[in-house]
Amino acid sequence: MTWAEFGVVVLRVVLTFGLLMVLTIINVWLERKLLADMQSRIGPNRAGPFGILQTVADGLKLFFKESITPRKVELGMYVLAPFLAVIPAFLIFMMVPWGAPFMIGEQEVILQGADLNIGLLFILAMSSMAVYAVVLAGWSSGSKYPLIGGVRATAQAISYEAAMGLSMVAVVMFSATQGEGGGTLSLSEIVSRQAGTWGDVIPALEPVLRFVPRWNIFPQIVAFGIFFVAIVAETNRAPFDLVEAEQEIVGGFHTEYSGMRFAMFFLAEYVNIFSMSAIAATLFLGGWNGPTFDDALPGFISAILPTVYFLLKTYLIVFLFFWIRATLPRLRYDQLMTLGWKRLIPGALGWLILSTFVIAIRQFGLPWSS
Amino acid sequence: MGLFNELWKGLSVTGGTMLRTMFGGSELVTTQYPKETRQKPQRFHGRHVLNRYPDGMEKCIGCELCAGACPADCIHVRGANNDPENPTSPGERYGYIYEINMLRCIFCGLCVEACPTEAITMTHLFEMSTTNREDAIYTRDELLMDSAGKVPHMFPDEKLGDLNELNSSDGWMRATAPSGAASYEGVKMWSDTANPGSWDPEPPQDEADSSARPEEDTDG
Repeated sequence: MTWAEFGVVVLRVVLTFGLLMVLTIINVWLERKLLADMQSRIGPNRAGPFGILQTVADGLKLFFKESITPRKVELGMYVLAPFLAVIPAFLIFMMVPWGAPFMIGEQEVILQGADLNIGLLFILAMSSMAVYAVVLAGWSSGSKYPLIGGVRATAQAISYEAAMGLSMVAVVMFSATQGEGGGTLSLSEIVSRQAGTWGDVIPALEPVLRFVPRWNIFPQIVAFGIFFVAIVAETNRAPFDLVEAEQEIVGGFHTEYSGMRFAMFFLAEYVNIFSMSAIAATLFLGGWNGPTFDDALPGFISAILPTVYFLLKTYLIVFLFFWIRATLPRLRYDQLMTLGWKRLIPGALGWLILSTFVIAIRQFGLPWSS
Repeated sequence: MGLFNELWKGLSVTGGTMLRTMFGGSELVTTQYPKETRQKPQRFHGRHVLNRYPDGMEKCIGCELCAGACPADCIHVRGANNDPENPTSPGERYGYIYEINMLRCIFCGLCVEACPTEAITMTHLFEMSTTNREDAIYTRDELLMDSAGKVPHMFPDEKLGDLNELNSSDGWMRATAPSGAASYEGVKMWSDTANPGSWDPEPPQDEADSSARPEEDTDG
């Protein structure tokens, strides 16, 4: 590895990290502002223009507050848990390509933290790690409400990760038929296979489909629905926020946390919302793909446009998160389990089998035709 | 799909409210509190005040009925004989100790109802935060209105949203219909107070409400 290559790696990691931090700060403010609008309130408007610096002010306050350690905690786990929440949250976003590659001299810079060939698997692994943070935080606090929250997190995670994984498999299988080189778990590859429109793929319906982008959501709409429900549950957001249900169990797993340790859980939650939405946008909405008008627009605008498209798609899903939080009441524990085990997992399995059949028949023809 | 129908119904409520709030049309239910304050209801149960007659005499006669009526036991009163040369109140005695512990007070207004001379009433002031517990015990000096009839308060005047609140120690309102008897409606049943002097009685309730409420079928 030359120094130039090394510099590019550092550059793209720093860029990705910076983007995520800035957007997370904005997201916290955005959620509060949108929730306020949905409830006919004003919302934060004191710090900075439109109150946009509210999160910075809150963060500073938490930073200078004492991190209280209650007497009955299991110290090692108690201190470790917030880090276990934050680190996977950031690592997940490192897999997401958030703009078109560009050249600096001889070096190609991909706008992605790391382009792993097992990107999706890594995402699944890291999002499962985040559950440990909640469970360990709940258990090590040595207090009853956090414990209940932690136990809820275990049950919830098991019932939703399966559905999330299965809906991802359907997308990966479909994506494998869309390009050269067979199946891939690399997110940048999945994105590049969604370039263009469906008109390119199905010439018969070209006049109609030429305006429909070649996103996975159209053939995989059921998988998208299941994936969206699963990521809401995965990030412990309303209506699946049983692990921190304020009205029932105080603060759930973070009841006993304060100061910067609490801030880390808080940060992790919002980072997770954004990166999960980014993954949904990448898998189903074509990532950074979109018309760049290379001929009509100046070069640098065409270079920025893919990132703009990526952010627009991601924020569409982030907005859905907020909208649903403002609307739906929290599910009861047994309803959550019923939805997970009796609806989503069978639904995801059924959809997986159905798409397998469709793909197989398109590739090999009907069983009796040979 | 019934589920999606219901889901959409709920989402359209919040989404619609959001659009109305963003682009005007929908009225905000909150205000920028310390900057702008709301019009409080006339019979708001705020901090107490000890009233004076228009001639500057105190209304309190130190009878301790308020202390007896208080369900939270937060009022401490001791009466003393008036100096015959220079009386504090028109009667024989006056309250020379009068303390209310605002940390215990539940603002029920039973002391106001118990008072035979309308000496203690409730104001519209509600900002009573203190930095230590002893400051939360309001003494006679902090409760008694000045001879001009202005309610004493502990912060600068400009912090108040509505300066008129200081002039409305509102005992007259609950005196409108003692014990809720309809025959007292619209009859003046209270003594004059220092600053506001004489108030007109409130209109009878059904008259006051009829403008606010549409016609109702009371037979059910």
